[in-house]
Amino acid sequence: MNSIILKTAVKYLFPVLVLFSLFLLIRGHYEPGGGFVGGLVAASSVILYLITEGVEKTKRLMKFEPVYYVAGGLAISLLSGLVPVILGMPLLTGTWSNIEAPVLGKLGTPLVFDIGVYFLVLGVSTKIVISLAEED
Amino acid sequence: MDFLISLPVILPLFSAILCVFLRDYVKAQKTINFVTASLLLVISFTIGHFVYHDDIIVLNSGNWSAPFGIVLVADLFASSMLMVSNLVYFAVVFYTLNNIDKEREKLYFYPLLNTLMMGVNGAFLTGDIFNLYVWFEVMLISSFVLITIGGEKSQLEGAIKYVTLNLISSFFFLTGVGFLYGLTGTLNMADLSVQISNSEPSVLIDTVSLLFLAAFGIKSAVFPLFFWLPASYHTPPVVVSAIFAGLLTKVGVYSLIRVFTLIFTQNTSFTSDILVVIAGFTMITGVLGAAAQNDIRRILSFHIVSQIGYMIMGLGLNTALALTGSIFYILHHIIVKTNLFLVGGLVDKVKGSFALPKLGGVYKAYPFFGVLFLISALSLAGIPPLSGFWAKFTIAKAGVDISAYFIVGVALLTGILTLFSMMKIWNEAFWKEQPADCVQVIKVTKKDLVLSVLPVVLLASVTVLIGVFAGSVFEYAEKVTAGLTDSTNYINAVLRRISE
Repeated sequence: MNSIILKTAVKYLFPVLVLFSLFLLIRGHYEPGGGFVGGLVAASSVILYLITEGVEKTKRLMKFEPVYYVAGGLAISLLSGLVPVILGMPLLTGTWSNIEAPVLGKLGTPLVFDIGVYFLVLGVSTKIVISLAEED
Repeated sequence: MDFLISLPVILPLFSAILCVFLRDYVKAQKTINFVTASLLLVISFTIGHFVYHDDIIVLNSGNWSAPFGIVLVADLFASSMLMVSNLVYFAVVFYTLNNIDKEREKLYFYPLLNTLMMGVNGAFLTGDIFNLYVWFEVMLISSFVLITIGGEKSQLEGAIKYVTLNLISSFFFLTGVGFLYGLTGTLNMADLSVQISNSEPSVLIDTVSLLFLAAFGIKSAVFPLFFWLPASYHTPPVVVSAIFAGLLTKVGVYSLIRVFTLIFTQNTSFTSDILVVIAGFTMITGVLGAAAQNDIRRILSFHIVSQIGYMIMGLGLNTALALTGSIFYILHHIIVKTNLFLVGGLVDKVKGSFALPKLGGVYKAYPFFGVLFLISALSLAGIPPLSGFWAKFTIAKAGVDISAYFIVGVALLTGILTLFSMMKIWNEAFWKEQPADCVQVIKVTKKDLVLSVLPVVLLASVTVLIGVFAGSVFEYAEKVTAGLTDSTNYINAVLRRISE
């Protein structure tokens, strides 16, 4: 789309949206938020970029194809579920370390699982939109 | 130990992820897929062994105990289904090695096959009714894509019916789950069983049970909402049809049996009457539909419908023997049906068509194919001593025992008509001379042929073995039934109560 207003707005909106999506992801650790909404917001930032800059540039921005984000996200989530198994607990048990990180709080597998979800949602949404945009 | 029962779900997921990353390396995907299928086979038989000799295995995922968390449960019924399904999956994957086109391989065929199997295994293993819904969706969405990739016109046409009806059934399913949760405040199947048997019988519970009957009925293709199946199953490549034919509808039947033996046991006379009527119509319409067809895959698709009728009949007759018959039937049917589709694929491979008028002379050129076909076809029709005979015999005996002569008559008639259809395929495709204008020169290498025939031989020999060792299989099915008719063991295992 060729609109200077949108183009300029997206230039500033894009980083803000990405930051906000990360904020939502991390906030989901203790409070409402999480990988799913975070991923959606991240995807919407990419989609805004796609509307203004076109498919080709968006693909370059994403570096990898969206499907790899999906598979990567699934892999991260799966691995986070397998960590407790190695430690002798049932599958998908929330496992916490004693490391107290600033901002994040206590680190544990639920956060890793959420990061997986974040990438999965980002990948699926952008894949759908890119496929639609390529149609015409 | 309990980690073992999560493997049938985790392993295909892991393999699917790997296959996506290796998208451009088809050979690597093939290898991974084959290794996964072999591992699944070993794991499912290990699970089956442990469950048979020890006890029900329960896994509290996330370390949340039932009824709060989601549990995976492998009891005898689930593990028996797991074993045959993964056996069939192994055979199909073996067959796929040489029989899938390059186009589809590039379009994520292998990851989808894995996620499909993940859904099937998950549905068998879960002990949570909402989780069952999720597994159904995993399975259905994979199957939606598998049925449409390739994008041929007939495929899309069939897929629309398939997707629409299955979405409607998911809607029924979800509504039913919502009602159950509203009534009892729990989603754990063992806990639901306890709560519902302790509550007053009410019209609402009966209604909810009918919602489940409708939902699983559509998914297992029973009368009157079966037409999505013959409309779509003949469109994708034969490997896809084979795995759909063997597994998908049977997951519906599995869920029906599970729900009506574990949860809705209060007012069985009400539901079993409905089930028997549905079973009768399903058998007859399916087999008559098949008689009118002239394409191998279409005939076989209609026969899935009629065979589902037998399984539902066993559940509807509602005696221990009838249920044993149903379970025997499912175990036998999954193997035989998949194999018939694979044989159909072999015929297509050497003669280039599925249409009966264009076929002929397969027996003359490949006598061995004829043997393989006859084993499965006669077993499907219920000729002794093959596996189908014992399955049909058990169900018919159960019907005679409670003087349900009419439905037994329908079942026997269906058997004869099944034989008629199978003989039609035999006469047209295998026996008669191929019409001269339809003869195509198709080159099939020896290696290709051997690799394609081996999985069919595997399944055919299992069919024969089930027939020969029918006594042991029957005892096994009786044990499975005992676990279903008296669900105390299941409930105690899931809710971690100490049995007295």
